[in-house]
Amino acid sequence: MELLITIVSGLFLLVGSFLCLSGGVGIIRFPDFYTRMHAVGVTDTLGSVMILTGLMMQSSDLLVIAKLIMVLLLILLVGPTTSHVLAKAAFHNGLQPKGLSTENKHNNKESSSSNT
Amino acid sequence: MINIVLLSLLVVVAIGIIRMKDLFAVVMLTGIYGLLSASFFVAMDAVDVAFTEAAVGAGISTLLMLVVITMTGRKEKATRHKPFAALFVVVITGGLLVYGTLDMPLFGSADAPIHNHVAPRYLNDSMQEIGIPNVVTSVLASYRAFDTFGEVVVIFTAGIGVLAMLFAHRRREEDEKLAAINDSMHEKHLVIRIVTKMLIPFILLFALYVQFHGDYGPGGGFQAGVIFSSAIVLYAMLFGLSAARRVVNQGFIQLMAAFGVLCYGCVGIASLLNGGNFFDYNVLSNDPVAGQHLGILLIEWGVGVTVASIMIIIFFSFAGRREIQQYVEQNKNKESV
Repeated sequence: MELLITIVSGLFLLVGSFLCLSGGVGIIRFPDFYTRMHAVGVTDTLGSVMILTGLMMQSSDLLVIAKLIMVLLLILLVGPTTSHVLAKAAFHNGLQPKGLSTENKHNNKESSSSNT
Repeated sequence: MINIVLLSLLVVVAIGIIRMKDLFAVVMLTGIYGLLSASFFVAMDAVDVAFTEAAVGAGISTLLMLVVITMTGRKEKATRHKPFAALFVVVITGGLLVYGTLDMPLFGSADAPIHNHVAPRYLNDSMQEIGIPNVVTSVLASYRAFDTFGEVVVIFTAGIGVLAMLFAHRRREEDEKLAAINDSMHEKHLVIRIVTKMLIPFILLFALYVQFHGDYGPGGGFQAGVIFSSAIVLYAMLFGLSAARRVVNQGFIQLMAAFGVLCYGCVGIASLLNGGNFFDYNVLSNDPVAGQHLGILLIEWGVGVTVASIMIIIFFSFAGRREIQQYVEQNKNKESV
């Protein structure tokens, strides 16, 4: 039983670290702001959840587990929200995703100005 | 090993701050700098200091700087001349400082003067004399209470300075118009508003925990005050300044800032009147240890109240200025159209 828990928690830690690392690679390699943010926003939340779950399995102290659960809840709440806000702020300030043609951009601007 | 990594990261971030022209990025980097030094302090086992650094350096000062940047614009002014004289002065003083460190004891050496002066007494006798587990709190709030009083007065003075420079009395009808602008602006942020609404009670609760648990774990008045005020600042940022002003009245918060310092000083006076030294809590109660507990609780409360109110005052003053600026600009735009 002991061995099983150690192995499973080790697996969780490994997958979590891999996800965080892949997010880090993504933020360097991806072409524009939105894809980069997507890479980090998704992998970071899942990665830290995985790592925290792995740590929870390792500890036998109930207080430590409770604290880790609180951190987990905070991350689940804050991580996606920050990604959302970041993307929204970028979009509001007129940052276009790469791949949209310049003509398209022009139209968008006109329609948005006529709306306001 | 981790020390070396953290310190070199600090140097890299510092160089980045100097090289960067975009002030917004600079502010973000200073936040990262604060967080890095906090982790460095944790690695050195100074959790209280790390906590303060994380709350102040990475938290509230970044927020305040962001508010200032929204007023000043985010580009650094280009300097035409090369400041060689300044470079000369900096290099000379830096060289002298490095030369001065040569005389200092080695990093972590056990026979450094600081470990032989008063530190042994604090570490060995704190449990009998003060009776609280966190030695940092007992040094800060009891042995060195007068120094801490000075720090609180410094914060109070800073708040008064900001008030004196930036306080703007707003007329009522302007206030309503400003509120209308704000509401239209803030209605967009639905998701973050809801999440913040969920988080704010927990932030406030955590601040109170840090405040009253400071005797037993890392924490105390300074950290608690900053965390408490950051919750209010968060509210003000998302729901508009007018809404936040309705929650915490400006006059009340000014009163509380003064009250905290007064509470701190009064503890000292009370111990004087009971026949002890200034800030000698032993005489506050029949039992010396109970007196210490009472004194520490009271002065931590004073510190927390003052720090929280001063931070809120500073934020309100800056943000209020910004609102007025926006209002004037909008009026100008209307006239030009």
